Amino acid sequence: MNDTFSAAVSIGFHGIAFAMVLYLISVGLSVTMGLMGFVNLAHGVFAMLGGYVMTSLMSRLGVPFAVALALAAVATALASVVVERVLYRPLYGGDELDQVLLTMGLIFMSVAGATYFWGPLQQPMRLPNWLSGQIDLGFRSFPAYRSFLILCGAALVTVLWLGLERTRFGVQIRAAVDNLRMAQSVGINTSRLFTLTFALGSGLAGLGGALGADLLPISPSYALENLVYFLIVVAVGGLGSIRGPFVAALLIGIADTGFKYLVPELGAFFIYALTMVILLWRPRGLFGRV
Amino acid sequence: MRVRHAALDIFSRRHRYHPLEALPWAAAVAAYVVFPSYLPLGAQILATILFALSADLVLGYAGIVTLGHAAFFGTGAYTAGILEANGWGEPITGLLAGALAAALIGLVSGLVVLRTTGLTLLMQTLVVATLLYETANKASSITGGDDGLQGMVVWPIFGLFRFDMFGRTAYVYCLVVLFVCWWVARHIVHSPFGRSLTGIRENVLRMHAIGAPVVRRRLVIYTISAGFAGIAGALIAQTTQFVGLTTLSLERSGGVLIMLIIGGVGRLYGAFIGVPLYMIAQNRFSEIEPVYWYFWIGLLMVIVVVFARGGVLGLLDRLRR
Repeated sequence: MNDTFSAAVSIGFHGIAFAMVLYLISVGLSVTMGLMGFVNLAHGVFAMLGGYVMTSLMSRLGVPFAVALALAAVATALASVVVERVLYRPLYGGDELDQVLLTMGLIFMSVAGATYFWGPLQQPMRLPNWLSGQIDLGFRSFPAYRSFLILCGAALVTVLWLGLERTRFGVQIRAAVDNLRMAQSVGINTSRLFTLTFALGSGLAGLGGALGADLLPISPSYALENLVYFLIVVAVGGLGSIRGPFVAALLIGIADTGFKYLVPELGAFFIYALTMVILLWRPRGLFGRV
Repeated sequence: MRVRHAALDIFSRRHRYHPLEALPWAAAVAAYVVFPSYLPLGAQILATILFALSADLVLGYAGIVTLGHAAFFGTGAYTAGILEANGWGEPITGLLAGALAAALIGLVSGLVVLRTTGLTLLMQTLVVATLLYETANKASSITGGDDGLQGMVVWPIFGLFRFDMFGRTAYVYCLVVLFVCWWVARHIVHSPFGRSLTGIRENVLRMHAIGAPVVRRRLVIYTISAGFAGIAGALIAQTTQFVGLTTLSLERSGGVLIMLIIGGVGRLYGAFIGVPLYMIAQNRFSEIEPVYWYFWIGLLMVIVVVFARGGVLGLLDRLRR
């Protein structure tokens, strides 16, 4: 009995930590897809970029962890603005196939580019001392890094939700997701809104990629390997939603950790089956609009 | 009145064979004579053309954007491969078995996937392919898992033509199969059924309004296309006598879209131009530095989308005007 409880706590804990990383990376994808109707398969590239920026800053320049993390998010957001303005903008409202191809092309270029600059191996993640140990909570101890992930994730989720509900910018985003033309008619500068939202989403992805570098290792094929995870979170959660991906990330993160722990020989099989079933039941995702 | 006649003329003529349509076949025969040392690569190109052709039926004609077409290619390859590794090496029945298995997967997954549209559809096709990938990876006692399926013995075709080490038989075999499938595909595309598919691609609502059974038609073409992809996979398995997990991978699904886009989508001939261009370039570049091949192909995709929509055939069209 005690063993079962301990295993459940362990699965829940690791699952939630994984879910936070998944959510941080995917939430931007959900909002940008819902807002602009753009199939952005290359979203994982921004997460990878964040991871590379952080690991390079830390290992080559000796920048402290927290600063490197912030710089990773900022650098990713800035890079994403360029990509959005130059490449994505002309394809808004265009052919879905074109968007798929363009973003697949970006993924391929990122694979080669990352190999060129950082080599084919995984980037080592050197955690600062205060994150590498265990935290003792009395009844049992938890790994500090994952506890930090959960705290960080929870804090960011709160800020994000408050921002979307309470600020002018959040209202504008919600209006544009609900009805783009009406939002334009009442004088919202949707072009600027798109760019800002895209930068915010990509910056969060960069942050998620950097924070989660220990869970989803940073290597050149990052964007390709993890694409399915990010897309599953978005599709299961529902497009254009902030809450949907959070529930989906929790579901996927905990289920994935649990299944891999309990039935390791079947690997990620269950996640995909679960996704099919959920999408069969609710084709627009758990929180998608009908 | 004359205008109307001219329009009718186009409709009544466009299913007839154009002299230019002989060009790819002439080129394929010429390649057999001119490049005898590249026949194994040639056979792979021909099989991949068939794969791209099957994707064109779904993507170009029915307008279903899929990221999981490798599911059917891999199913065909593994079906033929497993048969041949377990004592049944007759190639033609192997092809048919691959086609049937892939069509079955196409039918079953199509029932689920085609209920949706847009991103969800894209997602589901990707998940179906990933599910199969994961299955093949874990069922290593049957499929060889990560190491790939080995030990296949393919019998001579009709008991007469042995697969030789220079790839001559393989090349001719692939060419004949491709020709037969192309002929069938051409008939499908120009049939009333094929026309209604184009209608569904262009305007789903109107097709619903005139009473076309949209869902069923999409399912039928999805299944047929899956069958063709299965044949292509089985061809690759038989001619290379190896099946790896990459036959089911996302790179394969994405790759076939790229090849199709380079050639031109929805034209039946895009595959014949895009696939050889892509695979010959890949063959050249990979000898120098395999990783950076991805960079150039990625760049090429971006350029095609931004500047050259419609691929090579689209560019030719524009030049002609």
